[in-house]
Amino acid sequence: MPTKIEKDEITGTETTGHEWDGIKELNTPLPKWWLWTFYATIIWSIGYFIVYPAWPTLSGHTKGTLGWTQRIEIAQRMEEAKASRAPFVGRIEKASLDEIRATPDLLNFAMAGGRSVFAENCAPCHGAGGSGAKGYPNLADDSWVWGGALDDIHTTIAYGIRNANTQSRISQMPRFGADGVLNAKQIDDVAEYVLSLSKRSTNADAVKRGETVFSENCVACHQEGGVGSTDLGAPNLAANIWIYGGDKATIVESVRNSRAGSMPAWTGRLDDATIKMLAVYVHALGGGK
Amino acid sequence: MDGTSPPDADAAASKAGHVAVEDAVSTKVQKAATPLYVSRIKVHPKDVKGLYRRIKWAVLALCLAVYYLAPFLRWDRGPTAPDQAILIDLPGRKAYFFMIEIWPQEVYFLTGLLILAAITLFLVTSLFGRLWCGYACPQTVWTDLFMWVERKIEGDRNARIKLDAAPYTGEKIAKRALKHTAWIAIALATGGAWVLYFDDAPTVIRDVFTGNATLTQYFFIGMFTATTYTLAGWAREQVCTYMCPWPRFQGAMLDDQSYVVTYEEWRGEKRGKLAKAAPGVDPWAGRGDCVDCNSCVAVCPTGIDIRDGQQLECIGCGLCIDACDAVMDKVGRPRGLIRFDTLANQACRAKGEPATHKFIRPRTLIYAGVLAFVGAVMLVALLSRATVELNVLRDRAPLFVTLSDGNIRNAYTIHVLNKTHEPRDFALAVSGLQGAVLGVAGSDVAAAPVATLSAKPDSVATYRVFVTVPAQSVRGKASSPVRFDLKPREGRGHADYDSVFLAPGR
Repeated sequence: MPTKIEKDEITGTETTGHEWDGIKELNTPLPKWWLWTFYATIIWSIGYFIVYPAWPTLSGHTKGTLGWTQRIEIAQRMEEAKASRAPFVGRIEKASLDEIRATPDLLNFAMAGGRSVFAENCAPCHGAGGSGAKGYPNLADDSWVWGGALDDIHTTIAYGIRNANTQSRISQMPRFGADGVLNAKQIDDVAEYVLSLSKRSTNADAVKRGETVFSENCVACHQEGGVGSTDLGAPNLAANIWIYGGDKATIVESVRNSRAGSMPAWTGRLDDATIKMLAVYVHALGGGK
Repeated sequence: MDGTSPPDADAAASKAGHVAVEDAVSTKVQKAATPLYVSRIKVHPKDVKGLYRRIKWAVLALCLAVYYLAPFLRWDRGPTAPDQAILIDLPGRKAYFFMIEIWPQEVYFLTGLLILAAITLFLVTSLFGRLWCGYACPQTVWTDLFMWVERKIEGDRNARIKLDAAPYTGEKIAKRALKHTAWIAIALATGGAWVLYFDDAPTVIRDVFTGNATLTQYFFIGMFTATTYTLAGWAREQVCTYMCPWPRFQGAMLDDQSYVVTYEEWRGEKRGKLAKAAPGVDPWAGRGDCVDCNSCVAVCPTGIDIRDGQQLECIGCGLCIDACDAVMDKVGRPRGLIRFDTLANQACRAKGEPATHKFIRPRTLIYAGVLAFVGAVMLVALLSRATVELNVLRDRAPLFVTLSDGNIRNAYTIHVLNKTHEPRDFALAVSGLQGAVLGVAGSDVAAAPVATLSAKPDSVATYRVFVTVPAQSVRGKASSPVRFDLKPREGRGHADYDSVFLAPGR
């Protein structure tokens, strides 16, 4: 500290006593309001340290007197959200699928809920909007393996396909080639026949031979003309819609080694109301019967 | 004489035919005598009576009446829309102004309104000077109101200066407390009235007083209370001088033909205190009409001396004119030593030529032209405003769906905006693709070339619509343009929307 207070002549302000090559520093203190705000924030921060988690310790951190954590907060928020949905969820639990579809506010709620649950649980395989992928059926078209009515869709979602659930939908196509039921020639012929069902075959002789093979081996499930059966879970072969692909090589592969995609049962993973909402949502994607 | 004037002022006053000489110095002069940085010099405007003061009171009353009462005006719009004449309905995403109703996508009307207001301001300023600043600006209106309260409680200029300098006694604390309470009460009313424009006014008032208003409403009441109290009570002329951008660029609107507050220097100078002349000698010989009483400085709400010429700080309120006219009457000289006039006129008067004022100038013609043009565009837009609008969003997942019969289907989310107050049925058709049919999701009606969509009054109806097209219509075309047409089943109106139809492209 300088022993003698020096005043700058031009500004009339005191100097700090610091001098560099004749240049002196004026003593211009911070504005009072700024300084007091600064002190107030320091005092405020002490309270903050006490009530909130603040300091790291060797094995964790101080907990704060409020006991506040982000985890507790998010849990509370989730509870609040659940509570706010509860009236609708209760009504959906009680209503039938057709009643949900016929009640505008329930339908609205089911569609919004269904969309978000679908994006979380179904879209990884069935694609956004149910657009499907190889091995995973398109849910927006009008062709269904296990049926496209509301109840059919609900059953498929609830119990899944070819899984450990006792009520799971099950169908089993034989491995015609791998197990030696049909030889390569027969498989080629039956593939030509299947192609002919959607008017894409180029070999009339093979189609004729394949028709015989089809009627002896396939017709029990895939029905006359290959129209399939939703009761048996046998896909329609006469439509332009394919789960694994409609080119000849893929059809040959399907006949030779069979196909057996599976879907988990959602009962137990999702609650009843959520599965109902999903069924209504999937039904509305465009293919619902 | 209130006894607070310095003795020499009293003496001068008695000499000058009882003209009170004010102990007022313009802030400009006060600042010139101090170092670079200096705190605000408080302005204590003196009360004044006269023509312009009366006009100012009238405009103030009108502005406040409009502000406080407009939310209570009713305008019947039927049972489906609010009946408040002026309302910005934020949750409902609509703005109402008497017969005009604006939806969010029509916010350009607001832009147009602001442009109109700006050009009108430009035109008025170039014709008549700072009428807005001096009379109608909210800062001016509320500052004037706050000064009136201050004057009623603490007394006029000299009493206030004395009170300022006095130590804190019981009386001073009481006066100050009363003043600030009154200010905050007015500020609360200001903030309170602001939120009335955003919801049904009578309901809001009831809610506010019963503690049922929303946090947002209380927040905005608090915010506008704080700004009103600070800006009109404490900041006052500093807002005009330092904060407001308008005085900075309105110089571009003013020229020597614009009406401004002028001091007739040619007849006022050489100014001086009026001395009692010997009998038979003209006391006005060899001197100007200005008796240097400083009344004009004392009444000025921004604390300037108009005799220094045109200044940024002058808001053109004309109170100095009233003050000067009163003095001129007393000393028996013609009124108008300070007057609303143009600089060109003043130059003419100084030379003794007749004053000629030109209202029609390139500047005013351009402003008037732009004003008429924008006004006409707005009017046409308003009169031809559509009562129905259509928005179409194509589904992106899946891009298209091949159906089992080979037909291709695309899905679209359709928003139908029904801007009328009645429920309406609309016919939606799609054109551009042979054999296209429409089906509405969730409806049991079979797909048909035209779909019926209904929409509630004043609302947006949302539908998911499937467009199915025979495969041969889109063979080899991955993307085809389509147009949706929406027509009400009854009445006039039409909306269309261009979109695309996607297909495998094989």
